[in-house]
Amino acid sequence: MRKGCSKFFLEDERQFERWNDSAIKSLKAEFKLFKDVVLLSLMHPWERDARLLKKALKKGPPHYNVIVEIACTRSSDQLLGARKAYHSLFDRSIEEDLASHVKGSERKLLVALVSAYRYEGPKVKEDAAKSEAKALLNAIKNNNGDHKKKAMEEDEVIWILTTRSKPHLKVVYEQFKKISAKTITEDLEVELLLKETVECLCTPQTYFTRVFDTALREDAKEDAKKALTRLVATQEDVDLKGIAAKFEDKIKERVKGAYKDVLLGVLADDRK
Amino acid sequence: MKLGWIKRINVMKVVLYALSYMHHDFSPPIVHPDRSSKNILLHLDNEVHISGLWHCQASKTHPTSIKSNGAVYGVPKEDNFLTRTLWERIQKEIKEEEAMATLTVPTTVPSVSEDCEQLRKAFSGWGTNEGLIIDILGHRNAEQRNLIRKTYAETYGEDLLKALDKELSNDFERLVLLWALDPAERDALLANEATKRWTSSNQVLMEIACTRSANQLLHARQAYHARYKKSLEEDVAHHTTGDFRKLLLPLVSSYRYEGEEVNMTLAKTEAKLLHEKISDKAYSDDDVIRVLATRSKAQINATLNHYKNEYGNDINKDLKADPKDEFLALLRSTVKCLVYPEKYFEKVLRLAINRRGTDEGALTRVVCTRAEVDLKIIADEYQRRNSVPLTRAIVKDTHGDYEKLLLVLAGHVEN
Repeated sequence: MRKGCSKFFLEDERQFERWNDSAIKSLKAEFKLFKDVVLLSLMHPWERDARLLKKALKKGPPHYNVIVEIACTRSSDQLLGARKAYHSLFDRSIEEDLASHVKGSERKLLVALVSAYRYEGPKVKEDAAKSEAKALLNAIKNNNGDHKKKAMEEDEVIWILTTRSKPHLKVVYEQFKKISAKTITEDLEVELLLKETVECLCTPQTYFTRVFDTALREDAKEDAKKALTRLVATQEDVDLKGIAAKFEDKIKERVKGAYKDVLLGVLADDRK
Repeated sequence: MKLGWIKRINVMKVVLYALSYMHHDFSPPIVHPDRSSKNILLHLDNEVHISGLWHCQASKTHPTSIKSNGAVYGVPKEDNFLTRTLWERIQKEIKEEEAMATLTVPTTVPSVSEDCEQLRKAFSGWGTNEGLIIDILGHRNAEQRNLIRKTYAETYGEDLLKALDKELSNDFERLVLLWALDPAERDALLANEATKRWTSSNQVLMEIACTRSANQLLHARQAYHARYKKSLEEDVAHHTTGDFRKLLLPLVSSYRYEGEEVNMTLAKTEAKLLHEKISDKAYSDDDVIRVLATRSKAQINATLNHYKNEYGNDINKDLKADPKDEFLALLRSTVKCLVYPEKYFEKVLRLAINRRGTDEGALTRVVCTRAEVDLKIIADEYQRRNSVPLTRAIVKDTHGDYEKLLLVLAGHVEN
């Protein structure tokens, strides 16, 4: 094998074949992505989510989107399971840790998202959805100019997004489109975390597409690739299939080795 | 939770130990009447419980080894130090749990079908035999009552509760219906009623959120989904406003850590924080709410003890700044519910019974929801505070079948 991987070895002045550092580094990085996706898939989903949450909390504000992703894309029982696992693993509740370590304006939103135990049935209240869409619109309008308080700190916004069922929120999203020129997510460009919350809850496909897209670019950063790994390991294949299909070419082009097989495996019909 | 092969083998081991214990270490041996997988129950940490024994004869020589609802804790047969201490600990916990409840269940309980038949008889014919209803339902625990309801529906094609609703009326009916419900459904019903009325029922929401264990609150929320096709949190958010919502929403959404571990440094920091906020009269401050709504009960207890040691006063004394302020009253009750619920319930009962015209709603609610939990401790507290036994106060203030069932649930024994 050593003979075959000649580009990894260089002869130095002393005529000794040694590692080509940069090539080895990229090899490590590739394997790491593969290792990550395998390890993530092997762990029990609840433990996995609990550990992901803990890590995101530790790493700080730029990683809070992971918390949003987990809290919003899991089912009520999966999220509950993650909370139980968190108790067992860390001897605390996720709510206490979030509430005491998140200092900024996103605290209320994050704690409420993680505490949600949403109704999962199809029943939706049309009238309530209409008035809630209006309330959201007002909250966004009022806080666009006022930089002291953000929309994500508004109680109204928080309780709508963190207690209503997902089917209900999808109706709110549609109603919003009717009364405003833009969609909620377009209107929330400024408040990224709130935007991602709405995306994950109402239009998760858009969110997944964006993650795939960012990760498969030329200049994709570590975090973007990690995000893709996380998605592939934690989301249902069914949800990702359509999206992965769009990116099939890019995957074949940009990604190498076993990691590529995992990504393409999402597309395969006979997986699991 | 996935039940892999290793876990299954461990479950089998415990079940075999338990059966061996029942067959060989009892005289006469206890034979489990229904050895099927539906009677093997897994508790949270995969602790194995065996159910379905409550219509068995328990041996007189080992009365404490069978829990009143018939569950036998899987016991290893080896007699060594470890298993003995484990068994002693389990027995101690069972005794402690039973010591706090006032509900009495006969040691030999009639079969479910017998109970259903008797209940059916109680409704048939002219009038209702309330005494029979009290005698049966008043002496069955939640598991038994659920089984009765299920069997009654299967046998007679009618929901027992609907039958009761038709036959009974007034306070007695409310008490029977509320009592007959499974605790989770009961909490869901009480919570739903509380979101429909106005301010005084904020107290009921807080009471449910704070005096139940994390899992009991969770089951109540699940029952709420099933019964009302929406979440409790949505209803609370929709029907409360301002500071009350700020406090109640996180309280009903909580899923507290239930361990006993306490971080003393944290207790000091948070006691200081609370003291600062209270001194500034910032009662509904985010931090105050965060501590009360997310910390474990053990941690809150430690924090409040430290508060008293460091600043001289009980936190509730400092929260009495304005006696008319309803939010402060709710905050004080929240603290009570979290750290000494028996005092909270004693007060509710005291106010319910001593007012001109008993507040039957509160009396019914407290007796129903605590009879299987800690009504004994509450009754002791009541007697300590009012110099009158709770049962005597109930007799004085209520009458008829309502009084009779209350007394039965409160563990009163006829002399």
